[in-house]
Amino acid sequence: MNDFVIQFEQVTKTYTLCSHVSGGIKTFLFHLPDAIRQLRNNRFTALDSVSFAVAAGESLGVIGPNGAGKSTTLALIAKVLAPTAGRVTARGRVLPLLELGAGFHPELAGRENIVLNGVLMGLTRAEVFARMDPIIEFSELGPFIDQPVRTYSTGMLGRLGFSVVANLDPEVLLVDEVLTVGDMAFQAKCMARMRQFQTQGVTMVFVSHDMHAVRTVCDRALWLERGRVRMIGDSAAVTAAYEASQPAPAAAEAAQ
Amino acid sequence: MIRWRYQFDLVYELTKKELKVRYKSSVLGYLWSILNPLALAGVFYVGLGLIVGVKGDDRHPFWLTLICGMFPWQWFFNSVNACTNVYVGNANLIRKVAFRRELLPLATVLNDLIHFAVSIPVIVAFLLVAGGGPSAHWLYGVPLLMLAQLIMVYALGLIAGTLNVLFRDLSNLVAIFLTMLFYVTPIIYSLDHGPIAARIAPYRGWILLNPAAAVVAGWKALLLDGRFDAGYWAMAMVYALVALGVAQVVHARLRGSLTEAA
Repeated sequence: MNDFVIQFEQVTKTYTLCSHVSGGIKTFLFHLPDAIRQLRNNRFTALDSVSFAVAAGESLGVIGPNGAGKSTTLALIAKVLAPTAGRVTARGRVLPLLELGAGFHPELAGRENIVLNGVLMGLTRAEVFARMDPIIEFSELGPFIDQPVRTYSTGMLGRLGFSVVANLDPEVLLVDEVLTVGDMAFQAKCMARMRQFQTQGVTMVFVSHDMHAVRTVCDRALWLERGRVRMIGDSAAVTAAYEASQPAPAAAEAAQ
Repeated sequence: MIRWRYQFDLVYELTKKELKVRYKSSVLGYLWSILNPLALAGVFYVGLGLIVGVKGDDRHPFWLTLICGMFPWQWFFNSVNACTNVYVGNANLIRKVAFRRELLPLATVLNDLIHFAVSIPVIVAFLLVAGGGPSAHWLYGVPLLMLAQLIMVYALGLIAGTLNVLFRDLSNLVAIFLTMLFYVTPIIYSLDHGPIAARIAPYRGWILLNPAAAVVAGWKALLLDGRFDAGYWAMAMVYALVALGVAQVVHARLRGSLTEAA
C-alpha cells in the first residue's frame, strides 16, 4: 500500500450543529440540558465512510454539488481537520492553494506576504528566500511586488497565491477552485505549470465545478454526493456521468 | 532539527507581521504604544490626582506610580484582549493551513513584549525627572518579570482565544473582565506603601488572587524602588505556570473543534 500518497479508509467526518452554543453563553446556560443533548446528537455528517486512494503522481478531480464534502475532503488531506472515524493518510509536503489572499495580510507588500505565506505552509525562512526570485518572476507582478497587497486586483492576488505555491515544491498539491481568476494568459500559465507538476510526479487533488478543467487536468475523478462516494474512476467517465445526472439547463450548458 | 527551525521562523515572521501591521498607516506609528499608556496615566492623574486629591505614597509622586503601573498593565491588557480574537480573526487561515495553532497567540504576545521593552527607556526618563533611576537589580529583575508576564499573558490569551471560537460572547466578557481587573491590580494605588495600602491591607490577600496584581506589584517594586521583590515574582511565576498548564489542556482538548467552529 506504500505507493499511495493519499489514502482514506472508511473516513467519516461529522460536524456538531450547535445552534445553542453559537447562540451565545446565555442561551447555552439557560438551555443547558437541551444544549448538551444537542451537542451529543445533532451532528451533520459531511463525509460518510469514504474510502479512496491516490497514487503518487496521480491527479484526482473531486466533483459534486455544493455541500457534498469536497472541501472537507481537502481539509482532511491538509490535516487541518481530523476525521471523526476512519483513517486519513497523506504523505509528503501537502500544500494547499489558498483561495484568494486567504494567507495574505492586506497591509503587507507582496514580497513580505510571500515570506509569511511560505513559512505558514511549512518552509523555513531560508527556504522561502531561496525561492523568492522565481516566485516573483512567475507572478509577473513586476514593481507591484513591493506594494501592499490591499492595492492588488483579484487577478493579481490569484497570481501571487499561485506563484507562491507553485514554487514551494509541493509533493501533494490541493487546489480548491481558484484558477478561475487571473486573465487567460495567466490561467494558461497555471495550467501549464500544473501539467509540469504532473510530469514531475506531484500528486494533485483538484476540486472544481468546471468539468472541462477536471477532464483536462485529472486522470481520475471522485464524485461525492451528500458525503458519500457516488462514483470514482476515469475522469472522462465520471464527469460524463455527473453531467448526465444534472438537471437539463446545466447539462445543456455543458454540452455546448 | 529542521522542524524547530521552521517553528522558530514561523513565530519570527508572524511577530514581524504584527509589528509591521499594527501602526502601518498611522502617522505617529510606534509612538502610540508609548502614548497610549501615558495618556491613560494622564487621565487618572487628572481625575484621581488633581480632582479627587489622591496623593502618592510617602516616597513617590502619584503620577510616577501611575506610569510605572500603567505600562506593564497595558501589556497585560493588550495581549489578553488581542489574543481573545486571534483565532476568530484568522479563521480563513486556520481552515486551510495546518500550522501550530499556539503560535498565533504567541506572536501576538511577543509583539506586545517588544512594545513594552521599547517603552522602558521612557519609563526611565520619567524616573530621572522624579529624581530616581534604574538600579543594578534591573539587570536580572527586568528579564525575570518579563518572562513571568510573557508566560502569563500567553497562557491566558491562549485560553481566551480558544474558548472564544466556541463562545463568541467571550470577547465582550473578557473586555469587561479586564476593566474590572484593572481596579484590583495595584496600578492607581500601591499594595505596599502609603495610606491606601494601609486601608486595603485586610484585602491584600484577595487582591493578590489576581494574577495581574502579582506581576504589576513586582514591576512597581522594581521600577519605583529599584528592588526585585522575589515574593511577587515567584507568585507571578506560579500563576503563569498554572495558567500555562490549564491553557495546554484546554487547547489540546479543543484543538479539533477550533478549526470546525472558526
